[in-house]
Amino acid sequence: MRFERRHIISMKDFTREEIDYILDRAAKLEPLARGGRSDLLAGKILALLFYEPSTRTRMSFETAMYRLGGNVLNLGSKEATSIVKGETLADMIRVVSTYSDAIVQRHPSEGSALMAAEFSLVPIINGGDGAGHHPTQTLLDLYTIRKESHLDNLDIAIVGDLKYGRTVHSLTYALSLYGANITLVSPPQLKVPDQIKADLKARGARVRETENLEEILDSIDVLYMTRIQKERFPDPTEYKKVAGAYKITTEYLRNVRDSMIIMHPLPRLYEIDSSVDTSSHARYFEQSFYGVPIRMALLTIVMGVEV
Amino acid sequence: MSAEKELRVRPIHNGTVIDRILAGQAMNVLKILGVKGAYSDVVTMAMNVPSKALGQKDIVKIENRELEEKELDKISLISPGATINIIRDFEVADKYQVELPEIVESMVKCINPNCISNTKEPVTSKFEVKKDPVQLRCIYCENIIMENIAEHLL
Repeated sequence: MRFERRHIISMKDFTREEIDYILDRAAKLEPLARGGRSDLLAGKILALLFYEPSTRTRMSFETAMYRLGGNVLNLGSKEATSIVKGETLADMIRVVSTYSDAIVQRHPSEGSALMAAEFSLVPIINGGDGAGHHPTQTLLDLYTIRKESHLDNLDIAIVGDLKYGRTVHSLTYALSLYGANITLVSPPQLKVPDQIKADLKARGARVRETENLEEILDSIDVLYMTRIQKERFPDPTEYKKVAGAYKITTEYLRNVRDSMIIMHPLPRLYEIDSSVDTSSHARYFEQSFYGVPIRMALLTIVMGVEV
Repeated sequence: MSAEKELRVRPIHNGTVIDRILAGQAMNVLKILGVKGAYSDVVTMAMNVPSKALGQKDIVKIENRELEEKELDKISLISPGATINIIRDFEVADKYQVELPEIVESMVKCINPNCISNTKEPVTSKFEVKKDPVQLRCIYCENIIMENIAEHLL
């Protein structure tokens, strides 16, 4: 499978076979992610260009590089760089791609990662482009599902902000490649846009929608919660009503399948009560950790290193 | 000559007749051709002309001008069935239907204000074109323009 020097921009660029290949490689590297030492990426440099805040994505890429013996160049705060002088992203990419073997980028404009790929000499890994794509999040979600549940014949409910949540669109697309039964649970004002629904159906995805989470809780393998962003609601009382409707507590979990797992891309606000953290269903912290082996896998793949 | 027999549109000597324009789009065609108040040559426009095939159509005739590829592409986006008649010395020298391109570059502004093509970055807008009906999908942010394409032409 040819991945070397390939950009990682959108999940739509991947076939199911390619996704499986990445997940298999992540499984191989997971012991190293848990604290092993390796020099697989010794002498390699990863540049991190984050024009927007990030905790997990940035730190898990750094961890992945360090665990594999590589080095990291960090843009640091925008104030300390030429960005404040008005330098374009295109110029920044042209320069930084001469300093590094790959670039991870997060930028507020949709399409910025694709544009960066047009100017870069080295692979661009999209760490989020506005409301666009976040493929490494989707890959770690798939890895979590495969490891902690199963990807074949999956019944999954995706809950919360399905309109603006970029992780949701990539994830539903990728799950459609595995023939999953997807239930989209959201308040009416945060439903998946028609355009994306049409696109999913055209790709053969099995998708249904509901506003009522309780009615489907006992028939799913994975409950994927997302954060409902307060700023999407002009009226604070409306926000409270909606946010409260999808708050998972241990009460909710009485009738669920024993094997059902709960995921969340984090950070969470109120949608999962902390009492759920110790239940046998919680997997969101494991999910966060799986970002490390997935990013190790991607880094070795785009840098052309055999494992 | 009686008023009834007066020709609605006179034949042109040299130039282009754009026929079978989607009814209501003639003004947008003029905009594409850059015809504004102080245009120097003869331009004739007919709107809502009865047509057997279309019910109604618009027609634009422009003297001493043959259209560039970019202008034809833009016309195809707002009126994919339009036909072009090149007139030389009162004769039809060439006649063809406009053709929708597969990709349009630097022709349409993306509707998403947060798209990278709407920033100071050195990229031009680029769209994939789908037919029946015409839809433009931004290759950068994937937003789709389906309606009022004329309003987004650059």
